[in-house]
Amino acid sequence: MATGTLIRATAWIATAVAGASALGGIALHRGESINALWFVVAAVCTYLVGYRFYSSWIAARVCRLDATRATPAERLDNGRDFMPTHRSIVFGHHFAAIAGAGPLIGPTLAAQFGYLPGTLWLLVGAVLAGCAQDMLVLFCSTRRDGRSLANLARDELGRLGASAAMVGTLFIMIILMAVLALVVVKAMAHSPWSTATVFATIPIAIVIGVYLRFVRPGRVMEATAIGVVLLLAAVAAGGWVNSHPAIRAWFDLDAKALAWFVILYGFVAAILPVWLLLAPRDYLSTFIKLGVVFLLAIAICVLQPDVRMPALTQFIDGTGPIFSGSLFPFLFITIACGAISGFHALVASGTTPKLITRETDVRMVGYGSMALESFVAIMALIAACVLDPGVYFAINTAAGVVGSDPVTATATITSWGFPVDPAQMEALAASMGEASLYGRTGGAPSLAVGMAHIFGSAFGDGLFAIWYHFAIMFEAVFILTVLDAGTRVGRFIMQDALGSLWAPLGRTSWYPSVWIASILVCAGWGYFLYIGVIDPNGGINILWPLFGMANQMLAAIALAVVTAIFVKSGRLRHAWVPGAPLAWLVIVTSVAAWQKIFSDDPRIGFFAAARDLSDKLAAGVLTPERAAVAPKLIFNQQLDGWLTVVLIFIVWIIVIDMARGCWSHLSGRRPAANTESPYVATQLT
Amino acid sequence: MSPVAPRWHKFWTGMRTLLGDDAYERYLAHCRARHPDCTPLDRGAFYVAELDRRWRQVNRCC
Repeated sequence: MATGTLIRATAWIATAVAGASALGGIALHRGESINALWFVVAAVCTYLVGYRFYSSWIAARVCRLDATRATPAERLDNGRDFMPTHRSIVFGHHFAAIAGAGPLIGPTLAAQFGYLPGTLWLLVGAVLAGCAQDMLVLFCSTRRDGRSLANLARDELGRLGASAAMVGTLFIMIILMAVLALVVVKAMAHSPWSTATVFATIPIAIVIGVYLRFVRPGRVMEATAIGVVLLLAAVAAGGWVNSHPAIRAWFDLDAKALAWFVILYGFVAAILPVWLLLAPRDYLSTFIKLGVVFLLAIAICVLQPDVRMPALTQFIDGTGPIFSGSLFPFLFITIACGAISGFHALVASGTTPKLITRETDVRMVGYGSMALESFVAIMALIAACVLDPGVYFAINTAAGVVGSDPVTATATITSWGFPVDPAQMEALAASMGEASLYGRTGGAPSLAVGMAHIFGSAFGDGLFAIWYHFAIMFEAVFILTVLDAGTRVGRFIMQDALGSLWAPLGRTSWYPSVWIASILVCAGWGYFLYIGVIDPNGGINILWPLFGMANQMLAAIALAVVTAIFVKSGRLRHAWVPGAPLAWLVIVTSVAAWQKIFSDDPRIGFFAAARDLSDKLAAGVLTPERAAVAPKLIFNQQLDGWLTVVLIFIVWIIVIDMARGCWSHLSGRRPAANTESPYVATQLT
Repeated sequence: MSPVAPRWHKFWTGMRTLLGDDAYERYLAHCRARHPDCTPLDRGAFYVAELDRRWRQVNRCC
């Protein structure tokens, strides 16, 4: 054996052993605390081994990637969306597109089960399911001129599958926007510093937009640099606002007012030209997002904080205060994006494949960027778990669960075995520049406290308040981008659908049609946002599971399309590569949906919750404030129940449709149909 | 030239492409190479048309 091979083999064995030891250490550790570096080592080694072995096997044996085959970027090069681009750049593009708030919030919420379940699922799920899904969808779309998931579904599953995919996409977008809007609103509620900073990002984005449009068209680098400096100044200026009693009062808004503001904002941003607000803020948020991911990784390695959360908590039995439901299936619903996310399939088909220079780049771009996204989720989990568990629960548990006064809330949380006292919470809130940190549900505030703790300790003492609000601003900018970009795309989908009812409504530049479609989309997510805001139990406990199920449904659609393609294109032997994650997702989503529909426990079942609340309302045991909102909450629980029915129905339609198509192909009743674009040899050297 | 300079240049051009700073130059190069007879859009018009195209589809995730 050549020396080089020997060295490489030894290095890979060492990586595998290091990863396995770190994972074993994390899993078997039972003590006060454990160093976060163990998580980093376990994660990095797992991704490296997965990338080196599983993805190269998928590339060579399953997809049979062919570097001599011209990609759509080369064949259809138009200097705009189709353009051969270096794989590192495509990797950056793809990562910036798929990484959002999802991998930050999901693991933060799932930390209520302890650090172990989340860590294991993030690693196993990413390596075997999520990364493979992204890579396979990217491969299938690249072989088919970069066609979108909806088009692939139409070609492979027929009209029924395509309609299900379109309804599913619109559905998940509405729920996603509602849940993310709720996260921002909850982070800004009665926090003048956060509110002032987030508000300031809007005029900053407009200034940058005008600069990029009229002053120096398209000079993105310099505009982004100016914008980032202004954003950092806005964080500091928020502190100044917070210290002025008179100005402070203007920004001290309650969640209901902020919800209306966010809804109005989403509507306005969706109908304004994209260059004015949407695009410039996206440049800023992309830059800050990549910067923070990088900084957080460095800070964790420098500080090496201790993880204080136990490996497992008693809440794996389903009695969790942040969201209800047992470990199986709700861990896999809650941690959506960091392990497997259907939404990625929308980016991996459509945008990214048009930039791929060589087919073999699919491996690095598809598999690699999802591995990095999963690592971001691991860092978010670490940031949640470095907090004292008592503090973590005090921040994330709604007042409706533990009571609204500090003494009762801390006493309840201490009685669960996670000691915390009012003085500790008060000192923490003061150091973060906040009036109170109790019941700040949604995940963003506790993530920001965790990040402030890591950044503040790693890069010099103090400045916790600045880091806290920097973290809130960082989450808010890309959540707001998702809101207006999502409302805009939702508007196009809606106009497409309305156009089939009455042709003028389908004209994308006709103002009445633009307004009607935008109002419908905003009303859709705005409704769920508003209900989430008035819900005394925090709203996130209802919306996040709904979002998680919808995201897994979309992943199931994507994997069903890939499985169908594999069966039809002579890859039957390897159909389990998409098929096994598909089966797992169908099981998880079905069990979760079953419990959400049929459970008698009002904390889990939607209909049970509606019944419970209407019984209480009839018996007159609710406080006047609760009784006032009860009818709306009852209606909403029933609506959520029916939405879950629709959602699981879509999953099964797709799966049965796929199985039927595959069967008629395998039994020879339908001839093999190759939907790939014909082979053309590459001219690139 | 020091050995750092070419690497820095590579990093800088990479960052420009990643953020879309050189999109117009790439478009111009494409137009001149492939369609020498047609008049390319000017910088401002290209920028607006590009953004409008890009934000018609899902390109940001959860």
